[in-house]
Amino acid sequence: MDSVTPFIVLSAILFTIGAVGVLTRRNAIVVFMCVELMLNASNLALVAFAKQHGNLDGQIAAFFVMVVAAAEVVVGLAIIMTIFRTRRSASVDDASLLKY
Amino acid sequence: MIAFNVLAPIMVLAALGILFVRKAVHAALLLAVVMISLAVLYAALEAPFLFAVQIIVYTGAILMLFLFVLMLVGVDASDSVVETIRGQRLFAILGGLVLGVTLVLGVGQISLGTVVGLSEANDGGNIEALANILFSRYVFAFEVTSALLITAAMGAMVLAHRERLTPKPSQAQLAAERVRSYGEDGRHLGPLPAPGVFARHNAVGTPALLPDGSVAEDSLSRVLTARGTVRPAPRDVEAVQRAIDFAPDGVPHSETAPDGRTTSSSRGPGSTSGPAGPTPGDEGGN
Repeated sequence: MDSVTPFIVLSAILFTIGAVGVLTRRNAIVVFMCVELMLNASNLALVAFAKQHGNLDGQIAAFFVMVVAAAEVVVGLAIIMTIFRTRRSASVDDASLLKY
Repeated sequence: MIAFNVLAPIMVLAALGILFVRKAVHAALLLAVVMISLAVLYAALEAPFLFAVQIIVYTGAILMLFLFVLMLVGVDASDSVVETIRGQRLFAILGGLVLGVTLVLGVGQISLGTVVGLSEANDGGNIEALANILFSRYVFAFEVTSALLITAAMGAMVLAHRERLTPKPSQAQLAAERVRSYGEDGRHLGPLPAPGVFARHNAVGTPALLPDGSVAEDSLSRVLTARGTVRPAPRDVEAVQRAIDFAPDGVPHSETAPDGRTTSSSRGPGSTSGPAGPTPGDEGGN
């Protein structure tokens, strides 16, 4: 294999798509999925750079990102469920009480 | 590199699909495609441990959690198209394009030099090498992780737990409530009609027909009605009507029925399952 640049480019593309998704989608769960997509894209970059530099620190960092993502998903989905229970909606626009 | 060339277009297409599909379940499945492809790319990048972790943790645990919550929240909770901030979508897409072009061009410009490769670092096995680093240099971060996981578990339990504000109604109270609602506004006392009774199908999406041929709205699940996956009942009513009118012996029975039965188009959804007894036109022989 010649270079890891294609992996980094792919990671950048996936990160961009995730960012656009967070900004445009209205369903809180889909917004969460886009956050996961961004985390995964950064993981791909970390693993690619680990291969580039020949040490395993990048893989360890990717592993920690996965752990934090798992914890974040658990709490985030619980918050979405609580909001849905009180407001009967999973849209991020409906949780706007702080505005008034 | 073959794995990359095959999987990279699939991943980008699936990720773009997350942006455009209407239903959240489809987005979750597309995300699963991206994550499994990513696991294969990890294997290609000499990270067999992360390959397994990616499949087990991400596609196995996190995506299943997403699907569970989608099921609890309701599959039909689709996106609204209304923009609350004017022009937000346009600016988001523009900003995303700028970010993407900048990142891709920037990464494309730099030269990373020769790839060192992990064959030396993975000498005694990838998992052993990772464990050596994890339990020596990163041991503090590893221990802090346990605190994070416990906090997350506690947080999920606290958030998902619901305190019961009123005592649980007993069977006797429920029965008394039903009889009271029957006495006050005439709600049917018995169980709701089952879907598909007297109709041409007995699928759950088919409403039951009352003895007078009208549609029993109560026989359908509210969720199916809200989702719009209900078979159109008037078509059923007409089909049943035709089958009754032209019995197998070829004798049309329509003149024996009262006039209310032949004009099926006039039946609105208004007549729900009240205490509807058999109507005079309900001949049991046919």
